[in-house]
Amino acid sequence: MSSLTTKYIEIQGVEQTFKTKKGPFCALQNINLTVAKGEFVALIGHSGCGKSTLLNLIAGLTTPTQGTLLCANREISGPGPERAVVFQNHSLLPWLTCFENVYLAVERVFAAKENKAQLKARTDAALAMVGLTAAAQKRPGEISGGMKQRVGIARALCMEPKVLLLDEPFGALDALTRAKLQDELLQIVATTQSTVVMVTHDVDEAVLLSDRIVMMTNGPSATIGEVLSVALPRPRDRVALAESSEYLHYRKAVIDFLYTRQGHVEKAA
Amino acid sequence: MVSAVFHSPLEPLVAPAAAQQVAAAAPADTSTPSQRDKEKASTPFDWRGAWMAFLPPLLGLGLLVGIWEMVSVGTARSIPSPLETWKQALVLFSDPFYSKGPNDQGVGWNVLSSLQRVAFGFGMAALVGIPVGFMIGRFEFLSRMFNPLISLMRPVSPLAWLPIGLLVFKGANPAAIWTIFICSIWPMIINTAVGVQRVPQDYMNVARVLNLSEWKIVTKILFPAVLPYMLTGVRLAVGTAWLVIVAAEMLTGGVGIGFWVWDEWNNLNVKNIIIAIFVIGIVGLVLEFALIKLATAFTFEEVKS
Repeated sequence: MSSLTTKYIEIQGVEQTFKTKKGPFCALQNINLTVAKGEFVALIGHSGCGKSTLLNLIAGLTTPTQGTLLCANREISGPGPERAVVFQNHSLLPWLTCFENVYLAVERVFAAKENKAQLKARTDAALAMVGLTAAAQKRPGEISGGMKQRVGIARALCMEPKVLLLDEPFGALDALTRAKLQDELLQIVATTQSTVVMVTHDVDEAVLLSDRIVMMTNGPSATIGEVLSVALPRPRDRVALAESSEYLHYRKAVIDFLYTRQGHVEKAA
Repeated sequence: MVSAVFHSPLEPLVAPAAAQQVAAAAPADTSTPSQRDKEKASTPFDWRGAWMAFLPPLLGLGLLVGIWEMVSVGTARSIPSPLETWKQALVLFSDPFYSKGPNDQGVGWNVLSSLQRVAFGFGMAALVGIPVGFMIGRFEFLSRMFNPLISLMRPVSPLAWLPIGLLVFKGANPAAIWTIFICSIWPMIINTAVGVQRVPQDYMNVARVLNLSEWKIVTKILFPAVLPYMLTGVRLAVGTAWLVIVAAEMLTGGVGIGFWVWDEWNNLNVKNIIIAIFVIGIVGLVLEFALIKLATAFTFEEVKS
């Protein structure tokens, strides 16, 4: 493998400090991480540990106080459509229909090269991928939370991003809907071969979906505590895995890190 | 709320269409099929709902008329009775659009000229206030720059600006419009600015991730997100403008509902003054209602809460 495919996203010595009224607050410190092309990486840790801060840095929504972030050997200097983000609260524009929400993204990326019919076809294809063809002309207020999150995923995927960034995408959903969307995400990622970085606080979600789990220590000054490679074969089936000893082993390792070694959130804060 | 208590044999004759709708909408889970057929045949009518919808407002109006009558009797009819006023109103509204020179025109013309002034003054306030509000909301520097000015000017009664208007525009009509402009512009600026400041960061993050152009940000995100706030500003502005125009016209004269009130006071025609009060109230109510309807049509789920 060339160095570009093994180090598609490269995070070097990143530190993030926020200015607050009580003085500077160090959220992240000494973060070093590389993500290979086509890899699925989960960031896990207790709330307030800076997972989302790190994701925002990769997205380019914020710039680090120190250190550099590279994507395909180029410095990340701002947000861009090659790094699509699925937000935790879906962030659909409520005055646009599902179709229009996705079309906004399609138009931005492909309008220069393609005609209206092609753009429309892309939008329809993205909605079809998440199974929402029937709801295309509905507004976000008229569909369920799970459907909204799927539109958010369609909006991200339609841009054909090099990197898909997911910020607790299923956090606000009920357990059954979450499981269904996780399975869909697994299928979609298997088809598109996307590089994915996903923030989560759900141990099962992390083990089921990812190739590597990046476990973060508690903030302030959070950093990467441990990285766990999940060598479960794909395609993964949640029912079969529920009894697999390997699966339970990985699950135990993450829980051990989160609750035994990093369990004292209140004391630390 | 279909209740069997209020069944009456007359119902099918009274309101068959309405009752049928009620029966169709009622699930009637507990009743057997035969009972349901019976209910459909006897078509229950929602008497309690109808009562609550009409009786209290009617009583309220009745109370007003009663007190009015008592005051009328108490002042030995120097305040005219409701019945006399009603008769006068019928005469007035039988010909609302006559014109016998500038000081004697029908009530319709008076209302329309007042509305026209409000429309001009408010329209200009919107043309200036909405863009200014957008700028103040978007740039903190401008917000800090204009906040002291707005805080200083806003509490001033718009009528205090009337002499300045008369001096600058050298005419009663533009001065009245100027007063309306001044009183309408503050709610427009403030609400638009607040709306822009409160556009959820999530939407702006979407704009940044999608790398939207400034034009797309304004048309697809900022404008729709600010619209409900802006329409609240419009509603407040039009409400205040309608209050102020009456007072302004009393001072400036000409044709207009405010001037008409003052003219009828000079004629000691109290009946017309009372009619004018009702007309002003009803027009204000209609304006408010229309603008609320408009605002709800443009308010979306997320922005509502």
